[in-house]
Amino acid sequence: MDIKIHVEEADGQFNTIEAPTDMGLSLMEILKASEYPVAATCGGMALCASCHVEILDNTYDEEANDAEMDMLDTLPVVSDSSRLACQMPLTDDMDGIRVRLMAEASME
Amino acid sequence: MIHTDLCIIGAGPVGLFAVFEAGLLKMRCHVMDVLPQIGGQLSEIYPKKPIYDIPGYPVVLAQELVDNLAKQIEPFNPSFTLGERVEKIERQEDESFILETNEGTQCHAKAVVIAGGLGCFEPRKPALDRLESFEGKGVDYMVRNPEKYINRKVVIAGGGDSALDWTIYLAEHVEELTLVHRGSSFRGAPDSAEKVLKLAEEGKLKLMLNSQVSELKGEQLLNECTITNKAGETETVSTDFFIPLFGLSPKLGPIANWNLNLDKNAIEVNVEDYSTNVPGVYAIGDINQYPGKLKLILSGFHEAALMAQSAYRVVSGGKKASLKYTTVNGIQTF
Repeated sequence: MDIKIHVEEADGQFNTIEAPTDMGLSLMEILKASEYPVAATCGGMALCASCHVEILDNTYDEEANDAEMDMLDTLPVVSDSSRLACQMPLTDDMDGIRVRLMAEASME
Repeated sequence: MIHTDLCIIGAGPVGLFAVFEAGLLKMRCHVMDVLPQIGGQLSEIYPKKPIYDIPGYPVVLAQELVDNLAKQIEPFNPSFTLGERVEKIERQEDESFILETNEGTQCHAKAVVIAGGLGCFEPRKPALDRLESFEGKGVDYMVRNPEKYINRKVVIAGGGDSALDWTIYLAEHVEELTLVHRGSSFRGAPDSAEKVLKLAEEGKLKLMLNSQVSELKGEQLLNECTITNKAGETETVSTDFFIPLFGLSPKLGPIANWNLNLDKNAIEVNVEDYSTNVPGVYAIGDINQYPGKLKLILSGFHEAALMAQSAYRVVSGGKKASLKYTTVNGIQTF
């Protein structure tokens, strides 16, 4: 099925993108494919934090893996809901999720 | 001033291979990179990660690939300016170029190749008022010259390997050292974390976990850091230097000011030879953009080969390069 992901733009407005859950994509990949300025420098290995996002609702409760936690631990600015989009495989449960791109994710 | 045929901006895998392709055509190269070592993203971000899509290598570690590329270009004796960022490219009347770095190093080249990957890697900065006003006046984002800190007071912030490694090193050399980390434990290399905890036990450093630097104070020079813990309690630490070590993040940097046609932070090129809109300036690897672009090392290598054929005409005053296979001619060094 396709799910809806609400992405907060720099001006605070939300834009909604649709994403398939049966193609093995990560949130980082769908953000890149939707032309958000996500560098994803390391290609999705949880090594660069250039896909750092903040999850804006509390319905997403998948735990971060060790590699992701290690990377988040090194960033200057994180919140309790910070995640690396490359470590978030798209699933049906994520339908309607709201995310904000963090500074590290932007190439602007 | 350095004089060369090609000045290559970027010492990542594609920049290094460009030296090889240029060398086969007898063009001398000077390579400049903002990072203090060659290898670009491969050495900086994932040196120990395996890469599976380099022809001829079923698998190769990123750093191993960089080391092999360095060996491959040795016969062509390239020169390097590392740890400096190219700020300006100025076209001369004779159509050559003079490049200048942030440290004032100048390079005169007949043609320029931008192999800048994702741009400059710049330090991730914590969100602190007055941070930038203290840059060079107490705030450093990299330890370039450790001697600078001998017998001085230093505050390091961060929880990664770089913060741990420099803490361990500086603990033996500075007058007073404080390590501030947002978390409650270190997730970096266990051995390094253990050493830091031991140094703290021995009183060689002050360890402040669950804390962040929240304010910088000083008139002209930095002289105090306020540190706030998760409970909201604050403490002021007297210091000469604050070194936030939160890794590096890619930014386009000065490339944006070089009058090149850009598309979404990448340089538009002609796919016949990867030339840009500025005659004599080429862009290869992840920094360029064209229909069908694939950001793969493999694609960058291909682009380097085509670039060299075209750049030869610029360097040689219009002569066309003749393709010579290395299997026939070997490597003709100079």
